[in-house]
Amino acid sequence: MTDPNTPAAAPETLFGLEEMELNFGPQHPATHGVLRLKVRVDGERIVDAYPIIGYLHRGTEKLFELHPFFQNVPHTDRMDYVAAATNNLAYVGAVERLTGIVVPPRARYIRTLLSELQRISSHLLWLATHAIDIGAMTPFFYTFREREIILDLFEEYCGARLTLNCMRPGGQPYDLTAGWTERCAEFIEDFPSKIEDYEGLLTENRIWKKRTIGIGVLPPEVAMSYGVTGPMLRGSGIQWDLRKAIPYEAYDEVDFDVPVFYNCDTYDRYLVRMEEMRQSTRIIAQCLDKLPEGPIMAKRPRVLKAPKESEVYFGIEGPKGEIGFYIVGDGTPNPYRCRVRPPSFLNLQVLPEMVRGQLVADLVAVIGTTDIVLGEIDR
Amino acid sequence: MGLSEAERGNILTVSYDKIFNWARRSAIWPMQFGLACCAIEMMAVLDPRHDMSRFGAEVFRATPRQADLMIVAGTVTEKMAPIVRRLWDQMPEPKWALAMGACATCGGPYRTYAVTQGVDRIIPVDVYVPGCPPRPEALLWGLLHLQRKIDRMSSTKSGKQGQAAAL
Repeated sequence: MTDPNTPAAAPETLFGLEEMELNFGPQHPATHGVLRLKVRVDGERIVDAYPIIGYLHRGTEKLFELHPFFQNVPHTDRMDYVAAATNNLAYVGAVERLTGIVVPPRARYIRTLLSELQRISSHLLWLATHAIDIGAMTPFFYTFREREIILDLFEEYCGARLTLNCMRPGGQPYDLTAGWTERCAEFIEDFPSKIEDYEGLLTENRIWKKRTIGIGVLPPEVAMSYGVTGPMLRGSGIQWDLRKAIPYEAYDEVDFDVPVFYNCDTYDRYLVRMEEMRQSTRIIAQCLDKLPEGPIMAKRPRVLKAPKESEVYFGIEGPKGEIGFYIVGDGTPNPYRCRVRPPSFLNLQVLPEMVRGQLVADLVAVIGTTDIVLGEIDR
Repeated sequence: MGLSEAERGNILTVSYDKIFNWARRSAIWPMQFGLACCAIEMMAVLDPRHDMSRFGAEVFRATPRQADLMIVAGTVTEKMAPIVRRLWDQMPEPKWALAMGACATCGGPYRTYAVTQGVDRIIPVDVYVPGCPPRPEALLWGLLHLQRKIDRMSSTKSGKQGQAAAL
């Protein structure tokens, strides 16, 4: 990236004037929290954008070192706070692989269920905010209606709506409550028709297409060089999904497709996420059918200690991309070091590449399509 | 409100405080300003199920110049604190602050080098809403609590005394 402080050659700019530097955020309704962008503009055209992060740095990685393995799960909730279940899964998965615990099948299925419900809920929130940013208010009311039903299911399972804390190293803390599977099945049966409602509002909408097609183009080679993952990568035509590539939990026992679109723009990333919600309903339906009986918690020591000089990296496919945990153990009940590989952080780095040459108004659309959550960028 | 025969002539007999407080509490404009997890629940308050507009407070303004209420929704970090303070200073009087959630109230689970231990260290807070994050119903409770507080304010007394009367 070029240094944003270097002045550009004057004659090439509009009217031969100097470029203007614009601060975008940290308090801005479209920055999804506290992202700050230093944007250099030439009239309405963006010359360069420079993300400045750290406004939500809470020292989470340091806190991981201060607590035993079991007590760290709540902190993972608050990193990517719209996708707490997948964050839990990545963390407990890493701890299980570090300490060699094998999770019983029923717990694996429940985890898959919760992860996919979380994926739908995260994509619904993305759709609502993305559409509001571009100027479509209506999808917000539709998507939040369905999102509340998912949150009800979460609440029934673990008591929380947002910060779930719903997994433990070794298995699941609770079994599914009576009637949960029926209510979940009811929702899943109903949900595809709701996706059609959203698509009816947006997919063929002329304004929506004008604002998204050809905006924020991310060529596949650029995406790969920046380490972009998730729907961003699949919208650029690369079929990479950790659920298929390195299956975990129950994903190798269910059948689903990985949607890929090839135009590399904001519209295609929208299509990817809409299709992913459909695939998630398929996975949930299969999980509910196959849900095995049995224990939900493996035999595990009361105080979990990592082996001396051990390390592990475990990544899963979260709603935004690969969320991974790298944990170093030193024989004590606490992790010696816990490093998070957040998808939003890497997806944000590619933002300057996507907005160069676009209009200022498109910056908002591009931030929306990256689907960032500052909680996991800054940690 | 003392409506009488005079109502037909568009005349109300009402105390100055009462009419101003009624107007202020019935149309609170919060600032559209989310910091962390609580901001998602703040959005949920606007959704069809909870519908904050029932209480006249759905007009979220993106600029502090047009806002009455600052809902501090999320963790205030040391890096963000000067900006929160500046936004507060930019809001016109009368203004209120609502600390939403454990982080804004006292730092929450984050007792670290990076987090301001409660937003009340930088701005005066009127209502604290507990929870991590608070449910949308809890935020509505906070809003109703703030409305009751506004009802007890006195505009005729000077600023600080008026605020004190509300307490």
